Amino acid sequence: MIMQIAFDYIFLIDKIVLIACVLALSLLVAMYSTWGERKVAGWIQDRYGPNRAGPLGLLQPLADGGKLFFKEEIIPANSNRFLFILGPSLAMLVACMTSAVIPWGDILEIGGRKISLQIAEVNIGVLYIFGVVSLGVYGIMLGGWASNNKFSLLAAVRGASQIISYELAMGLSLIALVMLSGSLNLKDIVEQQRHGLWNICYQPLGFLIFLVCAFAECTRTPFDLTEADSELNGGYHLEYSSMKLGFYLFAEYINMFISSALMASLYFGGYSFPGMDSLGLSTNVVTMLGFGALFIKIIAFLFLFMWVRWTIPRFRYDQLMKLGWNMLIPLALFNMLITGGLILWQQGH
Amino acid sequence: MGIQQILFLVLAVISVITALGVVLSKSPVSSVLCLILTFFTIAGHYILLNAQFLAVVHIIVYAGAIMVLFLFVIMFMNLNTEGEPHKRNWLKYAGAISGGALLVVLVAAIHDTTMPNLQAVPTDVGLIENLGKILFSTYVAPFEISSILFLSAMVGAVVVGKK
Repeated sequence: MIMQIAFDYIFLIDKIVLIACVLALSLLVAMYSTWGERKVAGWIQDRYGPNRAGPLGLLQPLADGGKLFFKEEIIPANSNRFLFILGPSLAMLVACMTSAVIPWGDILEIGGRKISLQIAEVNIGVLYIFGVVSLGVYGIMLGGWASNNKFSLLAAVRGASQIISYELAMGLSLIALVMLSGSLNLKDIVEQQRHGLWNICYQPLGFLIFLVCAFAECTRTPFDLTEADSELNGGYHLEYSSMKLGFYLFAEYINMFISSALMASLYFGGYSFPGMDSLGLSTNVVTMLGFGALFIKIIAFLFLFMWVRWTIPRFRYDQLMKLGWNMLIPLALFNMLITGGLILWQQGH
Repeated sequence: MGIQQILFLVLAVISVITALGVVLSKSPVSSVLCLILTFFTIAGHYILLNAQFLAVVHIIVYAGAIMVLFLFVIMFMNLNTEGEPHKRNWLKYAGAISGGALLVVLVAAIHDTTMPNLQAVPTDVGLIENLGKILFSTYVAPFEISSILFLSAMVGAVVVGKK
């Protein structure tokens, strides 16, 4: 019994360190995504972007964070106080939970022990992400409703129906991928791509559908109808101030980071890169290189998110629903059918 | 007590408390929130039973989709304790009597049953691979029929909604 407890301690410490690292990493990336977004926006619109705080404006996120902390906190008089605070907390919590099943790298060897760079290797990883994402709606809904403001409520209802609608197409596009790989474990999916072609070669249509749905799930432009300023004065976080507003904005950037990591893992080989197994380097070096490769892919996706935001105007609400229900879902079903047919045909040969 | 038993007790206590919260809380929104918590604890029970797939699907379907729709409706109707129509007294009495009768029947039934010697059997049937194989081989006919039932219900809802 004592032996087992001692063993569990080491395991626990491993996991706690890993969780702390991944959390810190997500927060850091989210922080610098706000800087990156403004730089990219500046570049696309032919202006400088933030360049006052520190070299290249690199201290801008710190200044923004400090400003948000010192702003006055306002809770509307007729709002539900508990739910008003619960809303942004839930948004942040859910955003940070998704990273648990993403394989950030292969195996590190420290002192003879093998440490997997994945917090939870569960055999339902993809479904876990779905479960957490589907809970993400509550942050928006509770916050929007508790503000006791009709614009917030409208935005919350829009957000909820948008996220539920796009979850369907997202799930259907993923089913085709899961049929191909035969596993719901993200690590297995990445390992398969390491020894073969990346899944984007087998599932181009599925990837496209997933990408569009990821934009909608993160409520990013062109699907940012929950915070359409011109119609809703700012959307579901209209009544929020101080760091509670900061949490909502920050959660969006964490969601972007996680969905980029997810797309990189599912369709672009995750931490694997071509020629990974023929380098002849030690395991640790290869693992770190793999982590670097994953990060490059993630940054490419983050750039895509920003690029689209500053290029494509917002959809109208009925257009959004039409795209989701009348185009993406039938397309995803078609993709599923084709994939199933091809797999059957291949098995027959 | 092993870790499993402690976990079970914690989960069981939370699920009973939150389930009571669903019935007892005055505002409909906090009822819904309590119900969501109850679903989470039930998902925890599934995990204790080694049925991860059921647990996750339970959360996706109930907490993630159905309860969102509940919340939707409640938020739109904006039910408040002040705005609620006053219930008649005889309705309360009728509710109390029928609920009490149900309680008596349940207590009597539980009192009369004899528990056969239940044995804990380790099982992997709740894992996604085994569940999928069973659903698509042994129980394929009921599975497909129930999905057609769902489909027809959906078509019916759309037809009713279009009128």
